[in-house]
Amino acid sequence: MGSCGAPRRSSLADSALIDALRARALGAVHAQSGPRPPDLTLRLARTGDLPAAAAELIAGHSMALATVVATDETATPDGDPGDLKVRYIFEPIAAGAQDRFVTLLISVDAARPEVPSLTTAIPAANWHEREMRDLFGIVPAGHPDPRTLVVHDGWPRGVFALRKDFDGSRRVPVEPAEEFPHLVAEGEGVFEIPVGPIHAGIIEPGHFRFSSVGETVLHLDARLFYTHRGLEKRMEGLSPLDAFYVAERICGVCSFAHGLGYCEALEQIAGVDAPPRARLIRGIALELERLYNHVGDIGNICAGASFHYGTATGARMKERLQQMNERLAGNRFLRGLVVPGGARLDLSQELLGELTATLKDTLAGLDSLMGRIEANPSVVDRFDDTGVLRHQAAVDLAVTGVAARASGVDRDARRDHPHAAFALPQPPQLHVATASDGDVMARVKVRALEARESIRLVGEFVRRLEPGPLRVALAEPLPGGRIGLSAIESARGEAVHWLRTDAHGRVERYHLRSPSYHNWPAVALAAETAIVPDFPLVNKSFELCYSCTDR
Amino acid sequence: MLRILLNALRTGVVTTRYPAEPSVPPERFRGAPVLRPGSALPPPAVCPTGALSERLEAGGRRVGLDLARCVFCGRCAEDPWAGAIAMGRDFELAARTRSDLRIEVVADDAAIPTAQPARDPDAEAARASSEIRRVLGRSLHLRHLDAGSCNACDWELAALLNPVYDVRRLGIDFVASPRHADGVAVTGPVTRNLETAVRRTVEAIPDPRIVIAVGACAASGGIVGEGYASAGGVDKVLPVDVYIPGCPPRPEAVIFGILVALGRLDARRLPPTG
Repeated sequence: MGSCGAPRRSSLADSALIDALRARALGAVHAQSGPRPPDLTLRLARTGDLPAAAAELIAGHSMALATVVATDETATPDGDPGDLKVRYIFEPIAAGAQDRFVTLLISVDAARPEVPSLTTAIPAANWHEREMRDLFGIVPAGHPDPRTLVVHDGWPRGVFALRKDFDGSRRVPVEPAEEFPHLVAEGEGVFEIPVGPIHAGIIEPGHFRFSSVGETVLHLDARLFYTHRGLEKRMEGLSPLDAFYVAERICGVCSFAHGLGYCEALEQIAGVDAPPRARLIRGIALELERLYNHVGDIGNICAGASFHYGTATGARMKERLQQMNERLAGNRFLRGLVVPGGARLDLSQELLGELTATLKDTLAGLDSLMGRIEANPSVVDRFDDTGVLRHQAAVDLAVTGVAARASGVDRDARRDHPHAAFALPQPPQLHVATASDGDVMARVKVRALEARESIRLVGEFVRRLEPGPLRVALAEPLPGGRIGLSAIESARGEAVHWLRTDAHGRVERYHLRSPSYHNWPAVALAAETAIVPDFPLVNKSFELCYSCTDR
Repeated sequence: MLRILLNALRTGVVTTRYPAEPSVPPERFRGAPVLRPGSALPPPAVCPTGALSERLEAGGRRVGLDLARCVFCGRCAEDPWAGAIAMGRDFELAARTRSDLRIEVVADDAAIPTAQPARDPDAEAARASSEIRRVLGRSLHLRHLDAGSCNACDWELAALLNPVYDVRRLGIDFVASPRHADGVAVTGPVTRNLETAVRRTVEAIPDPRIVIAVGACAASGGIVGEGYASAGGVDKVLPVDVYIPGCPPRPEAVIFGILVALGRLDARRLPPTG
């Protein structure tokens, strides 16, 4: 497998971890560093050792599942039996723990593509395993949910879109299909309420099947992936410089964060560092994206409680910030600011002056809006104790971002996997906001604190800007057979990007685990503590994207 | 409550006057690319969505640009082609047909633009919208239909209802049910997983109805293109009345497109060339 950076001697902590895994495994465990210098990759010779190894990382080393990446490496054989591989990537969960990822790598026999399922022990693995079954035909043996996830009704059996022998450029006929078996509660007086995929408002598509008794939600079965566009397949075979434009468009409101994550992964592969000025500009844009999202989201949460002054105020402030984005980047979603190797556009003194004025007004507006929310008993009553996500559930599901921090999980990729301006030699002090209640109010308050912190950070980054180059060139073709791995704190939480080049330096596989991907199951859990009319409020308080979940 | 009223008074009116007054996008805004005839225009491979094309005719290289496919990334206007293509600031790009969104110029040697297809946009507009105009009385209630968008176009449609754009002042509104709608604003390339929902939603709208393809994905497939999970644009599935280019189109560009659909504004005439 590819690795980036020079081989590194194992530290003491590494050898303890490797020894512990070897003690739990029946087969051989080959350890090497990578993909990034601080990371470890452990190749398990025996697929059956996976559950024990994963359990050791989670229970023995306080780690959580960060992402799962399946690949079809038929075209780039590395002498291993089996062309399908699965990488289970873990990260520490303690606040401020060392920036590292630990990958458990297993090879899968394409003739009998079966791996042991981790889902019953590690709930966060649930969707990852269903996705690899749908797109690679790798069966997670013992998975409790046999239903498809990414492919919907009428997808032909035995056709796997992310296998290399599948031509992704052609449409696939829809076959006759039976109705999707929703998981519903049954009993006297239990109603089923189907909602979506086309909703009443201007929002993204998903289907929600409520089982309720009166107003009380007994169970919510959410079906997503309606906006699955096959974007990961679309990027395969492209020059990584061309594929960037796809990565930047996986999601609208995460455009900058996802573009940045892709660039940082690609820069690892190319072995280049973005110059300091570019990192500061990236830091500014990353915080501006968080800010316009958080401010708009606080407004939209008010809509869930029929507090229209709050909705209009949030929308007006968000609009002003998006107009500022358009002045800075030429695009209201900050597209076109980041490029592989650095930043595409510089920020002039004049623009920075406008930015500073806009942020000053935004801060005053935000303080005023939060004051009106907290002083309004009917709004507070709707927010308090609504849609509770318990701390342990947030940990078990590897929930991330605002949703995790509002349930007491002190994790933030800006501190824990430094990137953009947070990876400068003298990183800014980041105050990570947390709350413990896990309800709508906690998520609103964490957003407000983070929005204020973003404004402060932008000010600091602007002050630290010094003249210098904006970008370094990435030479084509890019190095072949290498892996880049990055984690970005977007407005919705940690996004994990995994990119591998083929022998010719083109994109062999790209995978994005968006924050929403891990957070959606938490919405369903939180909804079960609420009544049906509060679902829009609960949903808006998580404010997740469908598009970067579905890809 | 008093504080809320005071805040509202202090904020004053923030609503734009567009389209009664023009909207001038900021300097960096990337609108329709302007191709300079007779210059060293880039090869089509530069474009990540295949919006650029070229063909040889009578020994001359002709470079075409399809604004429906363009994602306005600006790559074709970067070095070394900065002299041949510039990102203009024109955003009022909505058109009634895909062919109205195609530009072609002669590259390299000749200094004259190629002839554009002769047509009468006003007559087209009148033909297409007379029925709509008669029935819908110049007011339009739309249903938003996400057919697999990245959500950027969706958020721009949502922005139309914010205090700055407030499209209700123009007789335009978004409604909850297709049965209450006069038409749909479709975003996204029509994914396989949404194709049935898209068809059924549009069928639920009473005739006559307007179908507006909002953004590059809806207009042409955009960055997604056609593939196992995507139809590659709304017109692969349904007839489209108006195409609004952009990735995403800014809110004024969407307002322009909706007013074109209603016949209240003329579609853009001929694409600009150098």
